[in-house]
Amino acid sequence: MRVGVVTFPGTLDDQDAARALRLAGAEAVPLWHADHDLKGVDAVFLPGGFSYGDYLRCGAISRFAPLMTELVPAAKAGLPVLGTCNGFQILCEAHLLPGALVRNAGLHYVCRDQRIRVDNASTAWTTDFAEGQEITLPVKHGEGRYVADAETLAELESAGRVVFRYAGSNPNGSLNDIAGITNEAGNVVGLMPHPEHAVEELTGAPGVDGRGFFSSIVRKLVNA
Amino acid sequence: MARVIVDVMLKPEILDPQGQAIARALPRLGFSGVADVRQGKRFEVEVDGPADDAAIAEVRKMAETLLANTVIEDFVVRVEG
Repeated sequence: MRVGVVTFPGTLDDQDAARALRLAGAEAVPLWHADHDLKGVDAVFLPGGFSYGDYLRCGAISRFAPLMTELVPAAKAGLPVLGTCNGFQILCEAHLLPGALVRNAGLHYVCRDQRIRVDNASTAWTTDFAEGQEITLPVKHGEGRYVADAETLAELESAGRVVFRYAGSNPNGSLNDIAGITNEAGNVVGLMPHPEHAVEELTGAPGVDGRGFFSSIVRKLVNA
Repeated sequence: MARVIVDVMLKPEILDPQGQAIARALPRLGFSGVADVRQGKRFEVEVDGPADDAAIAEVRKMAETLLANTVIEDFVVRVEG
């Protein structure tokens, strides 16, 4: 199982993402933003950071990177893609996911351990969780407030496409406490929290709840 | 050369916490009578030729494609001068 990890200028979490994938038994394949090459990977992880310095809007420039022109049609054709934090913002800017992520309601950059409820355990990245299960993952972002128009929101809710919701308190004012969503097919998932930072107790993470993302995708690819 | 201005604003229904922070700061600086502030972006696009209909249409396309995210923002294109 080969899972690509994309690095843009300003990406920060690519090494943790690659490590999390290796711990789950996958091969992490580095993908470079300026290449028109997905290197034949079976899935792609868009990690967090500040790609292109967050210039203009978070993810706005990354969307037009050469790698993205390969990734967008591949994702539409069913390639599993996970975007965390800046990766989620990029997926929204690229219109692989609906809505947008804007400045936190409280204006503060939020960095803390956050409880999250899994509301959809049938996406490519969440089958190793149970529906309704609460997990704890780190969040660290200044622009994580999910917004979408009323029609889109209603569609996401009725179709079960809200994958993760903040439990306890909402760190950023996201509509409907949304922490992560999926596309119609369930292969593209974006969320603000960071599963790749919660795979080893040694690193001071709140726990190892992030492992479920990577074991889910590995299981899916093995069975494919 | 001509200058085409693109003003980008968050849609009215989207909460603008930056604008709110500015509105809250103003009275502390002695400015009274401010009901609300919303913060946006202004782009100054210098075009090679005249700002004719074709050039303005091209800038409008730029705004839709990159300068604004029309999921959350509205934009206005105008010629300066």
